[in-house]
Amino acid sequence: MSLNRKYIPIVVTILLFLVMFAAGSFRYTGFFSLQVLMNLLVDNAFLLVTAVGMSFVILSGGIDLSVGSVIALSTMISASLVQQLGWPPLVVIPLVLLMGAAFGSAMGAIIHYFKIQPFIVTLAGMFLARGLCYVISIDTITIDHPFYTAVAQTKIPLPGSSFLSISAVIALIVVAAAIFTAHYTRFGRNVYALGGNEQSALLMGLPVARTKVLVYTLSGFCSSLAGVVFTFYMLSGYGLHAVGFELDTIAAVVIGGTLLTGGVGYVLGTFFGVLIQGVIQTIISFEGTLSSWWTKIVIGLLLFVFILLQRVLTSGSPARK
Amino acid sequence: MSTQKPILQMTKIHKRFPGVKALSDVNLRLFPGEVHALMGENGAGKSTLIKVLTGVYSIDEGRVEMEGMPITLHSPLESQAAGISTVYQEVNLCPNLTVAENIFIGREPRRFGRILWKEMNRRAAELLSERMNLQIDVTRPLHTYSVAVQQLVAIARALNISAKVLILDEPTSSLDQKEVEQLFRIMRKLKQDGLSILFVTHFLDQMYEISDRVTILRGGEFVGEYMAEELTRLELVMKMIGKELHLLEELPSLAEADQHTLGGEWIRAEGLGRKGGIEPFDLAIRQGEVVGLAGLLGSGRTETARLFFGADKPDSGRLTLPESAGTVRSPREAIRRRIAFCSENRKTEGIIGDLTVRENIILVLQAKYGAFKAISRKRQEEIAGEYIRMLNINPPNPDHLIKNLSGGNQQKVLLARWLLTEPQLLILDEPTRGIDIGAKAEIQKLVLSLSRQGMSFLFISSELEEVLRVSDRIAVLRDRRKVKEVTGKDMSQQHIMQSIAGG
Repeated sequence: MSLNRKYIPIVVTILLFLVMFAAGSFRYTGFFSLQVLMNLLVDNAFLLVTAVGMSFVILSGGIDLSVGSVIALSTMISASLVQQLGWPPLVVIPLVLLMGAAFGSAMGAIIHYFKIQPFIVTLAGMFLARGLCYVISIDTITIDHPFYTAVAQTKIPLPGSSFLSISAVIALIVVAAAIFTAHYTRFGRNVYALGGNEQSALLMGLPVARTKVLVYTLSGFCSSLAGVVFTFYMLSGYGLHAVGFELDTIAAVVIGGTLLTGGVGYVLGTFFGVLIQGVIQTIISFEGTLSSWWTKIVIGLLLFVFILLQRVLTSGSPARK
Repeated sequence: MSTQKPILQMTKIHKRFPGVKALSDVNLRLFPGEVHALMGENGAGKSTLIKVLTGVYSIDEGRVEMEGMPITLHSPLESQAAGISTVYQEVNLCPNLTVAENIFIGREPRRFGRILWKEMNRRAAELLSERMNLQIDVTRPLHTYSVAVQQLVAIARALNISAKVLILDEPTSSLDQKEVEQLFRIMRKLKQDGLSILFVTHFLDQMYEISDRVTILRGGEFVGEYMAEELTRLELVMKMIGKELHLLEELPSLAEADQHTLGGEWIRAEGLGRKGGIEPFDLAIRQGEVVGLAGLLGSGRTETARLFFGADKPDSGRLTLPESAGTVRSPREAIRRRIAFCSENRKTEGIIGDLTVRENIILVLQAKYGAFKAISRKRQEEIAGEYIRMLNINPPNPDHLIKNLSGGNQQKVLLARWLLTEPQLLILDEPTRGIDIGAKAEIQKLVLSLSRQGMSFLFISSELEEVLRVSDRIAVLRDRRKVKEVTGKDMSQQHIMQSIAGG
């Protein structure tokens, strides 16, 4: 059986990751190790969590520009409640997650019930959340609560003297749960249907309103979870955290093979999309002499390639009349 | 059959929209194990009736009974729950999902909330092969299959949901002959299984091939319910158009009463055709000649007109201008060769509502000159004034916004726009639809007088009298085929109606 063409983008993504990792391994000594691979997860845990939420939004045919700001706001709220008010982290973290989900569902409800483009609504959400950070404080709030430092320093040992962080494990759990949700639950399939043709989904009797609101709720939840993970990584809350991060996230999803028009793509693709971004950064840091801005250049080029690839694949599909 | 009780009965249905009576006193009875055709011309109320049945519109008056029990239909979901499923012409499924998912989404087989893909695929394949005679890979995305297959999948979904009554809304318009046969085979099979099928179509042949019973609507009113085999084609057409044969008066043809000499052949279509639009045809138009196109809605009238303007690419044949040895392959080329096209969709393809009468008139002329050779304001006003007088546009104010004009006057502005380019051939698609009698007569007169000055016309209208009145020659279309050309004495309503009915 020949390869189903719907799998081509994801196969390309996975191959690209393998090729880049292999190239790095040949060029740099010490690159080819389990720890380098694990570090991709450790350093990009928050990107992975956010990108998973974004995948659902884009699959449903929407976009969420507020994710970076929601991350910043989550770090800010966590830091101020824990450091300045002395609340216990085990109360603060669920509260922050709830806040993110509520923020997302509010945007989703506005998008659906007022029929406004997601681009505009989430752009407004982006400014709102970013602005709220500065209401809390204009400075960095450093977190030195023992719970946070403990989580940040915990290393989960793996064979071959490599390790994962707690954040990376959280990210992996999120990815696994998302893959199950996308492919084995009605909600997941409704998201694909919505992205395929909203009008049809409505006429087929699917719960379009509920699905749409839930998609943005999920993205808001993932962003705030990424915010929590980010506090473990940075040990601070700051209004300038994760500026422009929504674009990195969208790039990861697109490089992962998800169509921006919705309905086509895989969470697994997003996973590799994130890893590709991580590999580029790792290669550049191994190179040593290159500025880290080269990451942006390479990602920019990759985005072009993937968008062109998608165009070729979709226009070439045999949708004969 | 007559002893059987109808499964669905609609009695005295009324539906009003602001200013329009969309349905008045309409009845419909569907019997189990029957294919029931719903027929009518444009504006007959077919789509409104279907939207009532599918719960998109609610009725103002009347009764709907399902198996003898009164039911109300307020939403598509309620209608589905009552056992009425609809498959639309443009298939309403999700092209990105697999065939199996499209059949089952929303009702997937699950265990502990987890979708059982294997079970779903197996059931989908079973359903398609048993009820649709269709053996396909159900795990492939829907868009990889043809429209015909997609339609069968849509029917399978409808059957799987409820299915006592299946509505097929113009299912055959985008299918080729083979695919239509396949669909009909399945319809016959479903009929045997006891399903009641409401088949909406404008193809007479297909109606006769598959239907047992037919309900005809005209202008939102119920004309009658007939057994298909007892209704002749001619009767059917007359009931749809609304003329009784013995009542037909032979209207004097204006064109005939006022004989004039025609010039040489100016444009010639040879084997021109487009799949799904119109089958290849030959048609030549001479200088100063008015050629009318007669046929029912969907017979390929507009498609023919669009081919003459180069608006659609033909699959076969060519369009040539014998005198200048030129061809027409695009609207730009058509305009350069002095062909103009007044579309039937005045609102969407013609006028620009927020511009003034003057601006609407000079639009095409300015486009012809190009953006850098602006027509001076003074010249614009002269032109607008001249045409407003000539065509009797009311109000005679060039700075009036065109959206505030009546339909007839908007149409005149459109005519002015194209006349200004001094076309040799003017294609008029339904130029008099929805305008009052006075304006109609003026437009007809204008066509005649311009043709006497040597301009050629391709004239399309649903009103047969009008076509007869202005045309020197009439091409009759039926089911997307040109079936006949009539001239001179043969140009009578009766004769043309018989040609339209065919058979």
